[in-house]
Amino acid sequence: MPETLNKASAGAAESPAVAPVPVAAEKPRSLWSDAWRDLRRNPVFVISAILIVFLIVVAAFPGLFTSVDPDHADLGKHYLGVPQYSHVFQEDWFGYDVQGRSIFARVLFGARASIIVGVCVTLVVTILGGLVGMLAGYFGGWFDSLLSRLTDVFFGIPLLLGAIVVLNAFTHRSVWTVVLALGVLGWTQLARVMRGSVLTVKQADYVQAAKALGAGTGRIMLRHILPNAIAPVIVVATIALGGYIAAEATLSFLGIGLPPSTVSWGNDISSGQTVIRTAPHVLFFPSAMLSITVLAFIMLGDAVRDALDPKLR
Amino acid sequence: MAELDKKDEAVDATPNVTDIVKVDASTTTEVEAILDAPVDRGEPILQVRNLVKHFPLTSGILFRRQVGAVKAVDGVSFDLYQGETLGIVGESGCGKSTVARLLMTLERATAGEVFYKGQDITKLSGRALKAVRRNIQMVFQDPYTSLNPRMTVGDIIGEPFEIHPEVAPKGDRRRKVQELLDVVGLNPEYINRYPHQFSGGQRQRIGIARGLALNPEIIICDEPVSALDVSVQAQVINLMEKLQNEFNLSYVFIAHDLSIVRHISDRVGVMYLGKMAEIGTDEQIYEHPTHPYTQALLSAVPVPDPDAREHRERIILTGDVPSPANPPSGCRFRTRCWKAEDRCSTEVPLLAIPERFQGLDSPVAHESACHFAEEKDVVGAA
Repeated sequence: MPETLNKASAGAAESPAVAPVPVAAEKPRSLWSDAWRDLRRNPVFVISAILIVFLIVVAAFPGLFTSVDPDHADLGKHYLGVPQYSHVFQEDWFGYDVQGRSIFARVLFGARASIIVGVCVTLVVTILGGLVGMLAGYFGGWFDSLLSRLTDVFFGIPLLLGAIVVLNAFTHRSVWTVVLALGVLGWTQLARVMRGSVLTVKQADYVQAAKALGAGTGRIMLRHILPNAIAPVIVVATIALGGYIAAEATLSFLGIGLPPSTVSWGNDISSGQTVIRTAPHVLFFPSAMLSITVLAFIMLGDAVRDALDPKLR
Repeated sequence: MAELDKKDEAVDATPNVTDIVKVDASTTTEVEAILDAPVDRGEPILQVRNLVKHFPLTSGILFRRQVGAVKAVDGVSFDLYQGETLGIVGESGCGKSTVARLLMTLERATAGEVFYKGQDITKLSGRALKAVRRNIQMVFQDPYTSLNPRMTVGDIIGEPFEIHPEVAPKGDRRRKVQELLDVVGLNPEYINRYPHQFSGGQRQRIGIARGLALNPEIIICDEPVSALDVSVQAQVINLMEKLQNEFNLSYVFIAHDLSIVRHISDRVGVMYLGKMAEIGTDEQIYEHPTHPYTQALLSAVPVPDPDAREHRERIILTGDVPSPANPPSGCRFRTRCWKAEDRCSTEVPLLAIPERFQGLDSPVAHESACHFAEEKDVVGAA
């Protein structure tokens, strides 16, 4: 076998028109390394990444930014508004809530619960939904029918109603039970997006070509189908991320999400909305943080999707 | 282009089907050893026997039941000789591409056999099938969909080496990919580019390089130039001929462009509605067609000479191709044939040298699946 190739290179060397094969100086490139090079130059990515890194640092170490205990209540400062004092950067920056707790401290400490819920639910639904959609779309037949009907069953359960049922099954509720409830009910949308995307890509000639080369199922799925089918899933997942943080807030508002003692944006938004006219700052700051977080993730998803498509390069 | 000894003998011998030398092998290792053995030039390398592919038609949503079958390929037999190009022509939907997919075992045949070096590859699986795939490769029709848009050219052409690591050691692969790019006439420095940065013709060259990577013996070309511009078609065809000589390849060349098939093929098979209508050397098919369908096809070939165009007879077929789900009884072509008689609806014409031509030392004596096969000059060359 190898001698024919050698013959080929010999034949190429004989023809004067063709330059000898140069050993390219640059490293072999792949889709992901190219995408990374591209992302680093994209201002949208840089801004959203800095925001997300900042939010994650806040979520992990809120104590770095404030020394105030978010649960410290001083009823004398009940609904006290935005800076009344002249000194800089203290717990009164964002004002106080109904019990006279510092909203600045609560927004910082609340990031942890909200970001854990948002990111973890998104990871769970993307992996679960992506897997189900990939297997259903790729293997087809009765396996697809089975998985698709299962998806339909879960899709038929309203998110909030289902979450109430799931969360009521737990006597002790925490961030992780909320993640579980939203994850179990939320994967159907991504499974459908993934399945449709895989069905389209599966027909492509390059998948047939890989099969003809003798590629195994794993290689075909990971190298050929996944990179070409993942773009719509990334977009839907990043948009859904904001929705999950909001869903956590809704569940907390209904009293079945995080217990009221947990500091979270959701809890604070639900308590702030009753006083939107008298003390708008109570609602404004946690909502603004939520919006910035959601926006950052959506921008990140958008940039990643574009970077993964070489045609836009 | 290499002239084959076989071509001259083919006139009086049976050109299409020779005896199959079956090779028994019990273990996968034995099969692999057989598949690696070389085949002499002019010997049959791929033998197709009564190949059948029916796609089931189902109805019902929850409980599917089969209500019929699309008979895409319905009993096709031919031989491919080492070093030759076998053209397969026919109009859309006649089963050409399904034959290609069956030869690649991308589809499992409903019935029939494909013998590669005496091994029936339709029954192989696992390692043995992988070994076959190293030796039979494919060039696809559409260069815009046959290359993964998210892989660099280096990854696309290098993938065969990753799947068959025994062909090239890891450190050697990048150099081999650059050699292959060079062989197909592309700049080896393009290795880090993506498919969308190339034109259609360049993309098809990348597809050919991928097919060549494993040093196959047979390349199945499924309409490799029909998506390209005419000027680019010629470049790609010339490249394919050059590579055939250089690497001693055998081609199955599927196309609907009769002129291109004639240019590149040593032998030509004409398909109609899942069956082979006529098969022979290019001279036999193009100069001395005996099947009415071939004659009708050839009469539609554009002739560049206006004078010849005026004087030649055009055969206009009436009606449409019948549905392959419900093909006519007897001869498949009888519903559109001007020669059809009662016999045609009851008796399926076999693909064989017609009785009255048997033993004749004339190009007319080639296999034609027609009860009333006779020569008719349709090209107007005479």
